[in-house]
Amino acid sequence: MDATLPILILAIPLGMFFVLGLAGVKMSHRLAGILGCLGMGTTLVLAYTTAFTYFFSGSPEFVDAAGNRLQALIFDQTWLAFTDKLVIRIGFLLDPISAMMLVVITTISFMVHLYSMGYMRDHHGVWERGFQRFYAFLSLFSFSMLGLVVATNIFQMYIFWELVGASSYLLIGFYFIKPSAVSASKKAFIVTRFADLGFLIGILILSFYTGTFNFTELTSAPVEGLAGVFSVSETTAESVRSIFRSSAAPVFLGGSVLTWALVLIFMGGMGKSALLPLHIWLPDAMEGPTPVSALIHAATMVVAGVYLVARLFPLYLMEVTALEIVTWVGAITALYAAIVACTQIDIKRVLAFSTISQIAFMVVSLGVARPEVHEGLGYMASMFHLFTHAMFKALLFLGAGALIHAIGSNDYTAMHGLRKYMPVTHWTFLIGCLAIAGIIPFSGFFSKDEILSSCLGNSTLVYIWMSAVAGLTAFYMFRLYYLIFWWKEHKVHEGHHAPHDQPWTMTLPLVILAAVSCVAGFIPFGNFVTWNGAPYDFMAHFDWSVAAVSLCVALAAIGLATVMYRKENPLPEKFRAAMPALWTWAHHRFYWDELYMFITHRIIFNGICRPIAWFDRHIIDGTMDAFATVTNKASQAIKPLQSGQVQLYVWWYLLGALALGGITMLCLL
Amino acid sequence: MLLIPAMIMFCCGVYGFITRRNMIAILISLELMLNAVDINFAVFNRYLWPDAMEGMFFTLFAIAIAAAETALAIAIIINLYRSARNIDVRDLNKLKY
Amino acid sequence: MFSNILIWFVVIPLLMLAGLALCRDIKQIRAVAVAGSTALVALSVKLLVDYLALRAAGATAPMLFTDSWVWFAPLHINLAVGVDGISVAMILLSSIIVFAGSFASWTIPQPKAFFLWLILLSTGVFGFFISIDLFTMFMFYEVALIPMYLLIGVWGSGRKEYSAMKLTLMLMGGSAFLMLGLIGIYYHSAPAGQPLTWNILEIVRNGAISHDWQCFLFPMTFVGFGVLGAMFPFHTWSPDGHASAPTAVSMLHAGVLMKLGGYGCFRVAIYLMPQAANELAWIFLILTGISVVYGAFSACVQTDLKYINAYSSVSHCGLVLFAILMLNTTAMTGAIMQMLSHGLMTALFFALIGMIYGRTHTRDITKMGGLMRIMPYLSVCYVIAGMASLGLPGLSGFVAEMTIFVGSFQHADMFHRVFTIVACCSIVITAVYILRVVGKLLFGPVQDPHHLELTDATWWERFSTVTLIVCVAAIGCFPNFFNNLIRFTFSPDIFAVIGMN
Repeated sequence: MDATLPILILAIPLGMFFVLGLAGVKMSHRLAGILGCLGMGTTLVLAYTTAFTYFFSGSPEFVDAAGNRLQALIFDQTWLAFTDKLVIRIGFLLDPISAMMLVVITTISFMVHLYSMGYMRDHHGVWERGFQRFYAFLSLFSFSMLGLVVATNIFQMYIFWELVGASSYLLIGFYFIKPSAVSASKKAFIVTRFADLGFLIGILILSFYTGTFNFTELTSAPVEGLAGVFSVSETTAESVRSIFRSSAAPVFLGGSVLTWALVLIFMGGMGKSALLPLHIWLPDAMEGPTPVSALIHAATMVVAGVYLVARLFPLYLMEVTALEIVTWVGAITALYAAIVACTQIDIKRVLAFSTISQIAFMVVSLGVARPEVHEGLGYMASMFHLFTHAMFKALLFLGAGALIHAIGSNDYTAMHGLRKYMPVTHWTFLIGCLAIAGIIPFSGFFSKDEILSSCLGNSTLVYIWMSAVAGLTAFYMFRLYYLIFWWKEHKVHEGHHAPHDQPWTMTLPLVILAAVSCVAGFIPFGNFVTWNGAPYDFMAHFDWSVAAVSLCVALAAIGLATVMYRKENPLPEKFRAAMPALWTWAHHRFYWDELYMFITHRIIFNGICRPIAWFDRHIIDGTMDAFATVTNKASQAIKPLQSGQVQLYVWWYLLGALALGGITMLCLL
Repeated sequence: MLLIPAMIMFCCGVYGFITRRNMIAILISLELMLNAVDINFAVFNRYLWPDAMEGMFFTLFAIAIAAAETALAIAIIINLYRSARNIDVRDLNKLKY
Repeated sequence: MFSNILIWFVVIPLLMLAGLALCRDIKQIRAVAVAGSTALVALSVKLLVDYLALRAAGATAPMLFTDSWVWFAPLHINLAVGVDGISVAMILLSSIIVFAGSFASWTIPQPKAFFLWLILLSTGVFGFFISIDLFTMFMFYEVALIPMYLLIGVWGSGRKEYSAMKLTLMLMGGSAFLMLGLIGIYYHSAPAGQPLTWNILEIVRNGAISHDWQCFLFPMTFVGFGVLGAMFPFHTWSPDGHASAPTAVSMLHAGVLMKLGGYGCFRVAIYLMPQAANELAWIFLILTGISVVYGAFSACVQTDLKYINAYSSVSHCGLVLFAILMLNTTAMTGAIMQMLSHGLMTALFFALIGMIYGRTHTRDITKMGGLMRIMPYLSVCYVIAGMASLGLPGLSGFVAEMTIFVGSFQHADMFHRVFTIVACCSIVITAVYILRVVGKLLFGPVQDPHHLELTDATWWERFSTVTLIVCVAAIGCFPNFFNNLIRFTFSPDIFAVIGMN
């Protein structure tokens, strides 16, 4: 495949960032917005073309004779050569998951670009201050995210990983006058930076033992007895295998170094994907403008962790211990976030916790995926869920943005009963809720069902656990839905300032995403994305009993939510009174933030930084000053000897002469 | 025998030089020491090398130098006295440090 | 003599000094400073091009453009010059910072005297980087240090006399060790019976320093240069010195002078005494490893902008020495890249701090806030500098740090790898203190209503900052160019002694 298209996919958003960033202040708001949309639109078309070519052209570059999909390096330029073997390249790797991610990212990004044209101006048509900057940052983010998914080597991924973090920082802190936004952006950056430290150390360990950064070599064929992933030549595969056999041998603190490397790399993923215990930044990140939350903190950046594990999946298969860790981190996070989501008041925070929970679903799905169970269904299910979730969660966030824009508050208590005033928002939001709850035939049903089948194939405990979380998901989403659109009506909604649907720039993306959420479930995903490139018919592995059970659970949960929240009634209060401790803990998000505040402020800031600074000023610097002081004092002390009084000198001279004379006499005697 | 008065003179000079605070007195002590040394020169010349006269000449030379030196010293002292109204060496430390 | 391009790096500053002495008003002074520093930049670019052309043509000598003129024959003192990739990079860095610094001190009081001392300082810096004779190297080193005392003592702020004295005395203390070390090297520079020499290349060729003497002289020279490289625990001159120094001096000091330390450690201590370096590196690795983390932690609680950057310099320069001590090609290349990167971004930082201080008259971050609203240009530059410092890809900090970490981690020894991980932790702490400052200083509500009337950057300030930002981004985006420039220096035969890869 010609490299022009892929290069343009990366170059257009980057170029747009520079154009809007440098010349934005000189432009009108409308021009900047249109330029941004056009740029992203072009990228969208290019990315679709690329993905289409990859999946459907059938060129020998992309698919082998047996119909297996291949990894194709479209281009791979040396960027920085550390040693002969360890080289950072900037390239473009096309394989099923990167092609899929291209589609997801450009779609959501374009929707958000379009939507922001409406969202970033108030009811009187006055543009938000810094509108051009906003579009510049959006372009930067899109560039970084696209660079991340097409990375050909783990270091390129790390580079874009950091860039994504920085653009997320800039976008969360977009309203930089607000102290809460500033601290949220800071928190997001530092928490993910901490996670990236793990990622970096993982990369260092991995590259130390394997001597390569390249994905194609790292993931070629590490598991014996299985067909080579993406059919890399057998010699390469054998050499990698032997490296791992020798490298897996060294043991450090009870785990093989490869386990350590993989767990540390996963730590980077935990940070970006907001998994327990590094999830704390995501709810706060909702301080950013809502379109940003939809793009970064729901659909694209937060799935980077999932993508990372998927990218290195063949390596993880070598160390099942690491996969077990991945599974349980995901499972615990999913349950935790679902419980917390049931008690939040701010609608964006409910969505944030639901995102955390859904990402944990994908992670669990990867964790339970084994080639021997349903031919690695979990991997495909995870990617499928990533795809569908991106669509319906972006839909929900954009819907929430429309509500916030109309009402001017994030709090559902200010909403209630909006279904009559904002019909488009209402219906699209409902579709989003049905999709996430997993109701047939919406997209979430299919992807979630496959995740659950995959869990069942691996362990019954995980299956029951995740089914329960799926039920909770349906419950809290419909709680949210009813509280916003039903419940009792506010009187303030009537009259001149009645909330109404938003301009077409905002409703169009909602409608498009809702339509996608309705039909995405019918995409035969297994034909496109599987862990080893071999096409896969998932209907053959479709488990109707699992589907029926999960559907029943979801319907029951929706029913419960309907009973409790459709109309104003005392049931929710009774529930709360029945388990006060759980409610309080969940409402305060199990006090994770307080714990972190304690660790960072009390222990690190007051317990390490301050003592060190004090030590530096008083002990180290004090020692240096003490040298000076001692010298000074000593010279002051001996200064009187140099009195300038010749008589004194004569006196000393005389004494000295007598003493010398005496000594000479003694010696002579 | 003549060395004994010279030695007494020299010791008086040293004692005076160390203990006196008045510049004139210090100068006088200095002269005492000088003269003691002059006497020694003359005496040693007379007894050790009676036919040579260098010691005598050197004494005369030293006396002349001492005169010049005294004149210079007294001039400094007078100038100091004019500016400081004092010729006690312990108080004249303004130029120190 | 003047046919050698290198000597012009000393001649031009001297001509500038003469020109400055003749100047009558500030316009002439500015003209001389700008013309001279532009000439230096042009010359260093020409040197770079020539150097690369020669290398491309297949020159394999360790140093190019070598030349030597007898200065004092009885003691074998020559003015010997020559450059390799590292020196070329350092010369380029110095000329850029002198250039930016001239613009940053556009409105300094008593400009004539100020520029005289500043240019004298840069004479020393350039002289240091071009010499390969230990004696002249040391002489230029001292020439670079002494003007600092006056520049801080006269044009500084705060406790300037104290800081100037402390800085000078501590650096002179380092020089004392260094002097001893250099003389020691001189007396063991040749096998018995042959004439002694101060020339680095000849000393390496002779290889006559016995193992025992290396073990004595290596710590001497390493500590001597290490003081200037802000090695723990000899770093305390840095916070006070930077805090009191005027803008251009802080820039030059953090940007170039501290690099003299790292460069010297490499060029003298390790280059001449590799065996001792191999054996004793672990002591200094511990010290520099402490520097890296300790400086970063200290920076977290400071409230004075310059103190924050001074401690951050301790951390970053600690990383330079840390990487040099790893004794492998990748890590050392990383060290030199870190010198370049740190030089540029710290100069940028100090320039911006100077500009902000010139407007608000305070450097206390608790008394400022919301500057992004008031002076967007300077604030954006500050964010860029901060991002470079915390290692954002695309800016210089990232490539330098990653080269160091990857290089250091390739060390076969477990001890070195564990210490690399410790040093890696600094990237998180760096993010903490940079974002803390950015959050408090630039974002949030405006703290002091008087600040609302302040103006944004003037054209010369923009010029100065843009120059530095472009350089920072150039290293960050095209690291392989610099990587190749530097890497050639570590041709295997130089370090054959210790079997370095």
